[in-house]
Amino acid sequence: MSDFKVTRRGLLKSTAAAGVALATPTIFSSKSFAAGYLNEPKGKTVTFGFNVPQTGAYADEGADELRAYQLAVEHINGEGDGGMLNTFSSKALKGNGVNGKKVVFVTGDTQTKSDAARASAKRMIEKDGAIMITGGSSSGVAIAVQGLCQEAGVIFMAGLTHSNDTTGKDKRANGFRHFFNTEMTGAALAPVLKNSFGTDRTAYHLTADYTWGWSQEGSIKKYTEKLGWKTASAVRTPLGAGDFSQYITPVLNSGADVLVLNHYGRDMVNSLTQAVQFGLRDKQVNGKDFAIVVPLYSRLMAQGAGENVKGIFGSTNWHWSLQDEGSKAFVKSFGKKYGFPPSQAAHTTYCQAILYADACQRAGTFMPSGVGAALEGFKFDGLGNGPTEYRAEDHQCFKDVLVVKGKENPTSKFDVLEVVEVTPRAQVEYPASMLGGELGPYNNG
Amino acid sequence: MFANTISKKDLALLVVFTAAVLAGPIILKPIGAGYPDLLQKFAIYGIFALGFNILFGLTGYLSFGHAAFLGVGSYTAVWTFKLLSMNPIPAIILATIAGGLFSALIGFISLRRSGIYFSILTLAFAQMSYNLAYSVLTPITNGETGLQLTQSDPRALDVAFGRDYGAVLPVSDLFGMEMQGYPGFYFCAVMLIICFFISMRIYRSPFGMMLRAVKSNQNRLNFTGVHTRPYALTAFIISGMYAGLAGGLLAVTDPLAGAERMQWTASGEVVLMTILGGAGTLLGPVIGAGAIKYFENIFSAFNDGILMKIFSFLPEVLQHLAVSVSSLFVGEGWHLTLGALFMIIVIFLPGGLMEGVTRLSNLFRRQPPDDRAGGTPHPAPAE
Repeated sequence: MSDFKVTRRGLLKSTAAAGVALATPTIFSSKSFAAGYLNEPKGKTVTFGFNVPQTGAYADEGADELRAYQLAVEHINGEGDGGMLNTFSSKALKGNGVNGKKVVFVTGDTQTKSDAARASAKRMIEKDGAIMITGGSSSGVAIAVQGLCQEAGVIFMAGLTHSNDTTGKDKRANGFRHFFNTEMTGAALAPVLKNSFGTDRTAYHLTADYTWGWSQEGSIKKYTEKLGWKTASAVRTPLGAGDFSQYITPVLNSGADVLVLNHYGRDMVNSLTQAVQFGLRDKQVNGKDFAIVVPLYSRLMAQGAGENVKGIFGSTNWHWSLQDEGSKAFVKSFGKKYGFPPSQAAHTTYCQAILYADACQRAGTFMPSGVGAALEGFKFDGLGNGPTEYRAEDHQCFKDVLVVKGKENPTSKFDVLEVVEVTPRAQVEYPASMLGGELGPYNNG
Repeated sequence: MFANTISKKDLALLVVFTAAVLAGPIILKPIGAGYPDLLQKFAIYGIFALGFNILFGLTGYLSFGHAAFLGVGSYTAVWTFKLLSMNPIPAIILATIAGGLFSALIGFISLRRSGIYFSILTLAFAQMSYNLAYSVLTPITNGETGLQLTQSDPRALDVAFGRDYGAVLPVSDLFGMEMQGYPGFYFCAVMLIICFFISMRIYRSPFGMMLRAVKSNQNRLNFTGVHTRPYALTAFIISGMYAGLAGGLLAVTDPLAGAERMQWTASGEVVLMTILGGAGTLLGPVIGAGAIKYFENIFSAFNDGILMKIFSFLPEVLQHLAVSVSSLFVGEGWHLTLGALFMIIVIFLPGGLMEGVTRLSNLFRRQPPDDRAGGTPHPAPAE
């Protein structure tokens, strides 16, 4: 069809050009590896990279995470009232930065997309020289960025990610998670569900169709079926569907008497509101009151769903109404700066920043393998969750899990959840080998 | 019509282009874009836009589904890494072929219609591919999480050649040179230069003339007895292969393939790149791709702290005012800036940034506007 010809001379010319071009990389690739590890801070400051969703479905969580990070940096640098540093069991941080260096930070927008999140993390590592990346408000993104940090050779402190895979199937040596996971949610929620609804129930799942949704559905099924519950059906809904009515109508005719909403963020607000509007909660099925369960709760979501959350059970990593010293100090400090209480997303990211800084200080270096060794098996208290341990085998924090319920008589617009039970750590612990995956060695870049 | 050898002017353009691309890290340093990841993106999306321009710039067929081929290329490359070898060469060859085959399939169906109907068909196909990759084909694509490498991948060729990556997660490497950082960029840059050369040859070939004829008046061609669809289909497949190659390179520099690469916004992005740079011009798409990626990566990273520093020369009251106004346009508001820029370009420079360049050079050289530097002889506006 096309008949452009390649002449001998033309071919020679282009070959020569290509040869020159191919040789070029060797000139530039002679990276000096004088530094012991990637982005070793040489000046008076050390750079943290905060990678959070600023646009998209999880933007609310992302904004709160960023607030918490800024607060954490202030406290590490000795500004403000010190927050949870005062209650933290490790006293390594003195409020003069980390290892004598002041902490500065760069931010990036993950857009809740793996690609964008990795591009933004790469920018922070390659251009801004970030020594650690933290953030994420979706498990898919967290797993993608964790993989990147492993390849690049910096530490990743996972933010809000609840899927088992983050520290299970897809765990990496350079990645650490403070947040809990669906396995713990299942283990903590099951006894409460048994007490409230009995053992003879039939559940119907609506599940957000991605890593976290599947993980949550699997865990809840596993634990409720152990109680003797049956699962009528598990329907996958697209992320960000908006209108769930077509998924809710079949629930009534399925013979199920419990609806489990494996949704988060705006999806949960919409599906719960619509389920309540359809009158599900006023129904009687099999002679029992119809019930709705939202396994992963957050205050931001509960606020969004308003009246509809009353009496609905779920689990959460942390809640601002907790009365331990750490939580009180954090709520006070956050409230003073921003004028409202922090969400669980803010709490976990604040903890992650503090834990990382503390580990660097204790290790006396920012080298990933050194920091990792300081975090592995680290036992601490005073960060709002009671005694907590970073398990060495999978870099997952183990702590008590809160089972919460939508409050019947909220006193303010922030006071929407009440803690029903604090499930002790022993009850939610599982062997690290159960979820598979391999940490592999640390990468120092 | 055109000689078989390259004309002097084209050769000069090629040499300048090559030099500019290879010196990218130095040239782009002052504007904060001289770091490997962004440079790689410039080169890769440059290839993507070059390919798109062969279809859109030459034949006028506006495809809204090119991200699908990019995604297919990425998935193919990652699977090649997993199954065969971490060497990028088989990966990009297979990615290009996969992009070509997939575009042949979609092009064969979509090209039965033209104009808006063609655009809608390609959009529908791309969105179908996205949804397939996102949920239905999860065993192949790993759904929302995206396809990633694992330590236990078979990597048959690497094993056959006795290459062992040990316990660490492998990165793609070209005979020992890791495709990260600057070497990764230069690998993409060489690909970009080759693609640019091929695209230049297509522009100057009789086949390229035929494609332009399809754009200017398809009916007339049909009346004279020329069957135009094979030409359009060929252009569609070539641009699909470019997209596949770009997708493959994305996976080479960062071995991960996610479904969002196929989303309609990604398809729209390449249309923006091409129009912003100048549809139908040789260089335009590369420049447009660079501009959009620059905005996405640099402007989105500005936060209040950085703005405070920029405006620190102002008195404090003015500084806060300037920061609060300008912060609307950076950070999460970078789309707003891009939108404004796009409007300005489309209104005042319908031929894209290349038209601006041509106008400027004409201003200084006082030559008849026909003799355009760097562009095609007649860079017609988009439609």
